[in-house]
Amino acid sequence: MVDKYKEIFDEFSGEAGDLIPILQKIQNKCGYISDDAIRSISPFLRISDNQIYGVASFYSQFRFTEPGRNSIKVCMGTACHMKGGHILGEAVERELKVKPGQTTEDKRFDFQRVACLGCCALAPVVQINNDIRSRMTVIRLKQLLDKYE
Amino acid sequence: MNKFKEISRTARKKWDQLQSSAIPIIYLGTASCGRAAGAKDVHEAIKRYLKDNKLQARIIEVGCIGPCYLEPLMDIRLPHSPRISYANVTPEKARRIIESLLINGNPQVQMALGHFGENGDKLIEGIPRFYDLPMLKSQVRIVLRNCGLIDPEDIDHYIANAGYAGFLQALEKGPEGVIAEVKDAGLRGRGGAGFPTHKKWETCRNAPGNIKYMICNADEGDPGAFMNRSLIEGDPHCVLEGLLIAAYAIGASHGYIYIRAEYPLAIVRLKKAISQMRAYGLIGKNILNSGFDFDITIKEGAGAFVCGEETALIASIEGKRGMPKSRPPFPAISGLHGKPTIINNVETLGTLPNILRNGAAWYRQYGTPGNYGTKTFSLVGKIRRSGLIEVPLGTPLRQIIFDIGGGSNKQFKAVQTGGPSGGCLSEEFLDTPVDYESLGAAGSIMGSGGLIVMDEDTCVVDVARYFLDFTQKESCGKCSPCRVGSGHLVEILDRITKGRGLPEDLIKLQTLGETIKRGSLCGLGQTAPNPVLTTLRYFRSEYLNHIKEKNCPAAVCKELIEYRVIPEKCTGCRGCVAVCPTGAITGPRSEPHNLDPTKCIKCRACYEVCRFDAIAGDAIIIRSRRRIHDDHTA
Ligand SMILES: Cc1cc2nc3c(=O)[nH]c(=O)nc-3n(C[C@H](O)[C@H](O)[C@H](O)COP(=O)(O)O)c2cc1C
Ligand code: FES
Repeated sequence: MVDKYKEIFDEFSGEAGDLIPILQKIQNKCGYISDDAIRSISPFLRISDNQIYGVASFYSQFRFTEPGRNSIKVCMGTACHMKGGHILGEAVERELKVKPGQTTEDKRFDFQRVACLGCCALAPVVQINNDIRSRMTVIRLKQLLDKYE
Repeated sequence: MNKFKEISRTARKKWDQLQSSAIPIIYLGTASCGRAAGAKDVHEAIKRYLKDNKLQARIIEVGCIGPCYLEPLMDIRLPHSPRISYANVTPEKARRIIESLLINGNPQVQMALGHFGENGDKLIEGIPRFYDLPMLKSQVRIVLRNCGLIDPEDIDHYIANAGYAGFLQALEKGPEGVIAEVKDAGLRGRGGAGFPTHKKWETCRNAPGNIKYMICNADEGDPGAFMNRSLIEGDPHCVLEGLLIAAYAIGASHGYIYIRAEYPLAIVRLKKAISQMRAYGLIGKNILNSGFDFDITIKEGAGAFVCGEETALIASIEGKRGMPKSRPPFPAISGLHGKPTIINNVETLGTLPNILRNGAAWYRQYGTPGNYGTKTFSLVGKIRRSGLIEVPLGTPLRQIIFDIGGGSNKQFKAVQTGGPSGGCLSEEFLDTPVDYESLGAAGSIMGSGGLIVMDEDTCVVDVARYFLDFTQKESCGKCSPCRVGSGHLVEILDRITKGRGLPEDLIKLQTLGETIKRGSLCGLGQTAPNPVLTTLRYFRSEYLNHIKEKNCPAAVCKELIEYRVIPEKCTGCRGCVAVCPTGAITGPRSEPHNLDPTKCIKCRACYEVCRFDAIAGDAIIIRSRRRIHDDHTA
């Protein structure tokens, strides 16, 4: 069980400040923070499961459920909001039948709302996996979603 | 020192060779904004085209030069010609331009945006100078001087353009000399509050202890602002040089860059840049034989707005929940791990090399007394020319929004400065000079540089609700005025936007807002009510419209609007029928369609089709329910 994370732990000396970078590396590798992961970090950093969970849950980056095969992020920053970002978010909820923070039943997509992807001049934007798409419309978004398996 | 001289000489030579290159150079803007607009596809298409046609050219990926609305931007420089810029390039358009220019020598004047020629270049008739374009003309580019012009992943490009010369100056002046120069320049922190940079440096330098930390705040939490991202992506070394100078001044031997995880490209570029510095001996032990040791760790944020606040940021680096602490003690005395710590914003750091290199007097020629220098802004929202700009402090809002930004397509309504902590200013304030004090006097703040323009189609009550919803969700929960109070504000604003507001709500918003400002522990709560308080002050009638008449004049608030088909305009193309997810629109081809408001979920699909589809008649409108009602009874 511990072996799964050993490679990650090896990069760190085990100080308190390592917690967030460790969580980030685990999420990068496994897609989310499982109970199993938290239980393994605890002896390494000598802090309790609860403390780890307390820190992890403070930050919106960390997820505790398995991600989908694709991930869609809809920007809810100010520039995007003013250009209808929330309407795009509703479209995703309707099309994929998911709520923010959830994964579709068939695991095709997970859906998150984010605050600003830094491309505000080209609002509204969505990010699917690693690609940011700008000047998005409801109709183009629907077509785009169909391209992902 | 001598080693660096040698490095500079080589870098300079490399740069000069590039400028007099015998083969064409294609510069492509591939910062995040360029990529979002499709620059990577363009890149692939160019590479393939060059290969298929056996054309020789060098492609250089550059950062964002500012007019993001024109992305993807591609520039081409033929031997002995100035660099010419082309906007909104698609793979097809790129192929056409390259074919025309590289094969036929025809610069396609009608497609060109501008050229970067200098005196002495053979200029091309019909193409304006890039820096004479309306968006660029009144800008002063100091911090952004290299963005879009150099290869951000090549330290030699930076060094060839006087890079690290500011740091050399700093070493010559000594730490006290650096602090004196920055004081003389009148530099104030660009992260929002405008605190004099030299003051906190002095406190930190004089604080006892030999372990001190220097932190670069690249958390850029304001949703709708991207100045720091652009700068790091376009010219990472200027921020790193600034970090070196600041660390040297305060006597820190370790530095951190705290950067949001939402900026993956910026993180990659910083990491590359740091390893290049290491290879050149600009980081590590005994830098350039000066006896100064310094190293940098990159810490990725994990998605919490409040972590932009200094004490919360420190808690986050220490591996804790990002909760602010009450001050004093200030971080300059007791910060990271209890040691004296300075936190500076990306742009503050990016300014330092320029001040050290050119001197305080030079810097003071820009801006106004007390507000010297320039400031970058991300100009977004309902504005024609959106993007990243840099202007001297003291420039009036009107000049920024209208001369540089080209105004809104529709009637201008308001501008929000300072993001969620800032205020929403109406038309009467357009002549306000953009400086810390004037914006403060108007009830807003300078903030980090987000400028969000609103037109008549923006509902200010919705905007206020949006910001409060944001800050309430980002409140760390430690103090109750912020945690509970902002929740109440959202509740009230929410019911107003739903047409269920009560007349006494306005007074409640006001008193609650003022209480939260006074009672909150950190800057987040202390400024959170600003969007409500300013909109209440300058756009009261819009609130009253929502409350008394259940009317959203901008036709934004979902519960107060309706979608309609104008029969006279409808061409009966059935475009909307095809996209309507609920079957609310019906009707045979070639006859005006019927929209059933009871089935309509206001998803906007029909509206988009009707506006963008060639055969549609622009017949679907979104209007305030109240107005539709009035039109019927009139
Ligand atoms: C809630 C909150 C969020 C903040 N976010 C940022 C930020 O994203 N970037 C930043 O540079 N400063 C931010 N600040 C301001 C910092 O606390 C700090 O004043 C600044 O980084 C100091 O750098 P400067 O002196 O160079 O401006 C924030 C402040 C508060 C209260
Ligand atoms: S507001 Fe959406 S990218 Fe910035």
